[in-house]
Amino acid sequence: MDLFLAVTALLTLALVLAFLYRPLGDYMAWVFTSERHWRIERLLYRLSGVHPERQQSWRTYLRSIIGFSVASLVLLYAILTLQQLLPYSLGLPPMRPDLAFNTAVSFVANTNWQSYSPEQTVGYVAQMAGLTVQNFVSAAVSMAVAVALIRGIASRGGRSGLGNFWVDLVRANLRILLPLSIVAAVLLLAGGVIQNFSGFTNVESVAGITQTIPGGPVASQESIKMVGTNGGGFFNANSAHPFENPTPWTNMLEVFLLLVIPFTMPRTLGTMVGDQRAGYALLLTMAVIFVLVYVPLTGFELAGSGSAPQLAGGAMEGKEQRFGIIGSTIFATATTGTTGGAVNSMHGSYTAFGGLMLMFNMMLGEVAPGGAGSGIYALFILMVIAVFLTALLLGRSPVYLGKRLGVRELKIVSMAILVMPTLAIGGIAVCFAIPQVQAEIVSSMGNSGSHGLSELYYAFISAAINNGSAFAGLNANTPLLNIVLGVIILLGRFIPIVLVLMLAGSLAQQGKAESTLELPLHRPQFVGLLVSLIIFIAAPMFVPILLVGPFAEGFIK
Amino acid sequence: MTSPLRRNGVLTSSAIDEVLIDALRKFDPRYLWHNPVLLLTEIGAVLTTCIAIAEPFVGGAQPSGGSVMPPGFTWALAIGFWLCLFAATLAESIAEGRGRSQSEWLRKAGNSIVAHRVCDYDYTKDRAARKATLEEVDSHELMPGDVVVVEAGEVIPADGEVLSGAAEIDESEFTGHAGAVIREAGGDKTAVTGGTRDLSDRLVVRISASYESSAFERTIRLASKSRRKKAPIEVAFSALIASFTLSFVLVSLTLNSVVSPVAPPVSVPILVALVVCLIPTEIAALMSVTGIAGMSQLQRRGVLVISSKSLETAGDITTILFDKTGTVTKGNRTAIAFRPLSGEDSAELMRFAALASVEDPTPEGASILRLAAESNIEPKATDTEGGHPIPFSAVSRISGIDLANGTKIRKGAASASVTWLKKVGTQPPRPVIEELQAITREIAKTGGTPLVVVLKPAHGPGRAVGVIHLQDVIKDTVPERINELRALGIRTVMVTGDHELTAKAISEEAGIDEYVGNSTPEDKLALIVREQERGHLVAMGGDGINDAPALAQADIGIAMNTATSAAKESANMIILDDDPAHLVDIVKVGRKQMATRGALLTFNLANDVVRYFTLFPALFVGVFPGLEALNVLNLHSPASAILSTVIFSSLVMIILIPLALIGVPYRSTEPRSMLNRNLLVNGFSGLLVPIIGIKLIDLVISLLPGY
Repeated sequence: MDLFLAVTALLTLALVLAFLYRPLGDYMAWVFTSERHWRIERLLYRLSGVHPERQQSWRTYLRSIIGFSVASLVLLYAILTLQQLLPYSLGLPPMRPDLAFNTAVSFVANTNWQSYSPEQTVGYVAQMAGLTVQNFVSAAVSMAVAVALIRGIASRGGRSGLGNFWVDLVRANLRILLPLSIVAAVLLLAGGVIQNFSGFTNVESVAGITQTIPGGPVASQESIKMVGTNGGGFFNANSAHPFENPTPWTNMLEVFLLLVIPFTMPRTLGTMVGDQRAGYALLLTMAVIFVLVYVPLTGFELAGSGSAPQLAGGAMEGKEQRFGIIGSTIFATATTGTTGGAVNSMHGSYTAFGGLMLMFNMMLGEVAPGGAGSGIYALFILMVIAVFLTALLLGRSPVYLGKRLGVRELKIVSMAILVMPTLAIGGIAVCFAIPQVQAEIVSSMGNSGSHGLSELYYAFISAAINNGSAFAGLNANTPLLNIVLGVIILLGRFIPIVLVLMLAGSLAQQGKAESTLELPLHRPQFVGLLVSLIIFIAAPMFVPILLVGPFAEGFIK
Repeated sequence: MTSPLRRNGVLTSSAIDEVLIDALRKFDPRYLWHNPVLLLTEIGAVLTTCIAIAEPFVGGAQPSGGSVMPPGFTWALAIGFWLCLFAATLAESIAEGRGRSQSEWLRKAGNSIVAHRVCDYDYTKDRAARKATLEEVDSHELMPGDVVVVEAGEVIPADGEVLSGAAEIDESEFTGHAGAVIREAGGDKTAVTGGTRDLSDRLVVRISASYESSAFERTIRLASKSRRKKAPIEVAFSALIASFTLSFVLVSLTLNSVVSPVAPPVSVPILVALVVCLIPTEIAALMSVTGIAGMSQLQRRGVLVISSKSLETAGDITTILFDKTGTVTKGNRTAIAFRPLSGEDSAELMRFAALASVEDPTPEGASILRLAAESNIEPKATDTEGGHPIPFSAVSRISGIDLANGTKIRKGAASASVTWLKKVGTQPPRPVIEELQAITREIAKTGGTPLVVVLKPAHGPGRAVGVIHLQDVIKDTVPERINELRALGIRTVMVTGDHELTAKAISEEAGIDEYVGNSTPEDKLALIVREQERGHLVAMGGDGINDAPALAQADIGIAMNTATSAAKESANMIILDDDPAHLVDIVKVGRKQMATRGALLTFNLANDVVRYFTLFPALFVGVFPGLEALNVLNLHSPASAILSTVIFSSLVMIILIPLALIGVPYRSTEPRSMLNRNLLVNGFSGLLVPIIGIKLIDLVISLLPGY
């Protein structure tokens, strides 16, 4: 029965995604290549003084992104620290500066690490005008970077630039994210997700206790939270909360919404570079890793050892009864494989090896299928190494889609693969090296020993890779952790963006390269090599923490 | 270790000592500075040795990660690290030693050669330098432009061109081919290489390159790594290696801090072991070995690689441009027929043609005399006595003789001959010109070159007598090699200054894909630039002075050994025995070199996977006994697991040296199956070798007390 359910859930998702792969992927390619501007877009450009026809070099493109992100950061920080002045603030006080910094950074960086409990901390206007707006635009920035990279690959040299960031930003929002999330919000509403401005309602329960039930414009935020692979919930319980995710089918809908953009991006790449097989290879890689995580994860949770799990038919601690094991594991696989970070179950309560799989999925660099946009550019970085190795084994120097991957490209890629592990491991090491800091962090852990360490490791990895989900148990809302994790999130977002745009610029300069051999880069063996390499590159850095964390916990005798 | 090396001619036994000493000499940190991965290994080895020395004074070995380490463990690790470093430097020494030994003899010879320099050489009056005074100078002091005399049995002191004489030259040490070659003045076999031996006759040689810049000396320099520039893929590789290395260093540096809340610290020697075993030492050491190996493989086949970068590019070449003469065809054309114009006597034509060729030193001239002799027409010495030979010049494009009786005879290209007739006051009638054109076109169509014979008697008008049919002879090996190049996916293009029809006929006969006739040197250059702009990587084979710019512009310039020194200077590679068949070798060795690097990388990555399992669980099994479950090889103890891995790391490098030198076989099979095979072979052996190796070493070490 469980097996049937597990397979059905996976196949249903696969089927729906496969059905949308072509139309949505091509639609996105059209959005980013169309010559025509919508009237409202032209109005926006005129108001903001943007010249939509102006091509940007990678430097200009990067400057636009940095400028936009800094402005977003300042604005969001202001909203959060001044929210008592805004309407619908529900009488909530302003955010503490360290928390506001952490929150602003994490929403601008498409991470949505939430140190705070939203229903007790932010009012409706701050949620909608601050956080939800960032949910849209931060996802659009990721997509813009991905599209710039694709243009770099597709360019045939000369003076062609990487496009125009402002146009990409506006179009990603108006033509892709907004329509998708409107449809999603309506579906979620139909499924029972709430949408109101009624603040807190006091009700008397059957047992005679007075409960305070929070309301709010949930559906509108929930939809973009998933579609934009953001993950910042309206409530602290995130998608485990019945007002965010009421039924098994809204659960599957939310999983689908998380995956839909990143899984169709390969088609966009294929269409824009004019070689669909390149897209299929990327798609297949994403899918293989997804399954490689989903299957053992589900197995570990179903088999959970101990008497309680055996009575419950699985490790049900921290999971919602209405989703069950499968509904939880597929959601968890999707949320750790994208930069989503929404949760419908408490990851810290997974079995030791289940928790290991979730951490592992993030360690791979969020490529299965990754964030909306960031997934494909992260995967491309790793793929350059696989192309390099494949070409060498065939006695050639690497050429991918007519671009020679030379010294400059390899240097950029070599740097890029170090960023996330260095931030995560380096961050932990530096914190633990200072005794007072270590003491403070240890006191924030919800558990002692290996499990407590896993909570902390998870938090640092989640921040470095911009995931935003938490292992739970750790009280991250301390000034120290807010600032440390905030800085890691910021670097984890922008260093890769700089490197990816450098790579795009370097590729855009090149003309088409001829080769005596078309590398078999769309073949299963290449996908196999790529998957192995992704695991190989991630493993060494994280093996020690996996050993003393989840492995030590799981192998306890 | 020695047997596979000896068997493959890697080393002679006498050289082994030298190589071992050289490997130790490379421990010098100033040398290792250029190879950070090896430097890191050395730092680790020094650090561990210091700890081993200090240990008895601070109360014995420190426990690591909750495990007590056996006595002598730190010393054992230190020795293991030094072994790893030694294996790495040994690899480089062997490769360099191999490059050196091939050229050692010249170095010796080069030191002791005395050259006989001609004072005040006069080309026109005393070409053979029989009357000139000679002075003895050291061959190193020779400058380009100096003229020397080389007697039979002497070694040629430097690269140069033969001005006078002909001799058999033994180039076998240089080209690797047994048997002597002829080098002679005039024609296309004038180039001689410094260090080769004159076997038969006296030669007068004009030096074209000083000792330091001679082709040979440059190869010697390339063979020693210090002057060898890193090629692009090597640089790309270095970036990747640096990235992997950094990640392992970071892991080791942060390890104790990261686990501090739950686990006691891991000892420094074990952290070093982690770094030394996991960083890609093998690749860092063997990368240069593959580069040197590729160059010496080509050199043994008779191709001198001047820039290592070009060898790397060789595997990616998509288009090869040939100069016709000297590359596709034998440089000397042979006369095969005389075609008298209507009204002219065939015997007359032969006689005039022969007369015009008596003083012509070129092979073409000689072949005309031979062909005339077959019809028993041989000019007597008296016929030309007192005559004045007119040598060929690029301006007039015509040569011949002015006889003592006033008759002027010329032979040359049709247009040049007609121009000459006009110059001596004769306007050839239209029918004659038409007939000439018809005959020359006919000859060109078959790939031949027409040479028109014209004359002007002392009295009376000049006239055209007929046409000599010179035939280009395609080198025997060419058509077959062109097919091989096609099988390698490479497009071949022939460029020539000859007539379009000649180019067509020759390229069809040789099986060349495209041809461009009537092209000037500028056209060749433009053609290369155009191909490059279309994304092609272009190799150019040529030998003339005119080819120099094109050779320099091409991604790889390949000159024949008989090429002019200007062409050689511009080339990246020189084919020493002039056999264009080596173009195929160049491409194959280039690809093989790449494939070897890919194989080493794959092998190394697979190796590391096994090492994770042998090293990491051993770190913490003292605190978390449950981690014993990850000890999949069932190694005896944490200490044994770590030590076995260290020792294995040094041994595997030694196993890999012959592989890097010989290279993985390159077959031009279908890419998918080649990828499969290389991935499977290297991936699986990369997993299997360490599993078996580490387990065996562990079995031995477990016999030691305490391990």
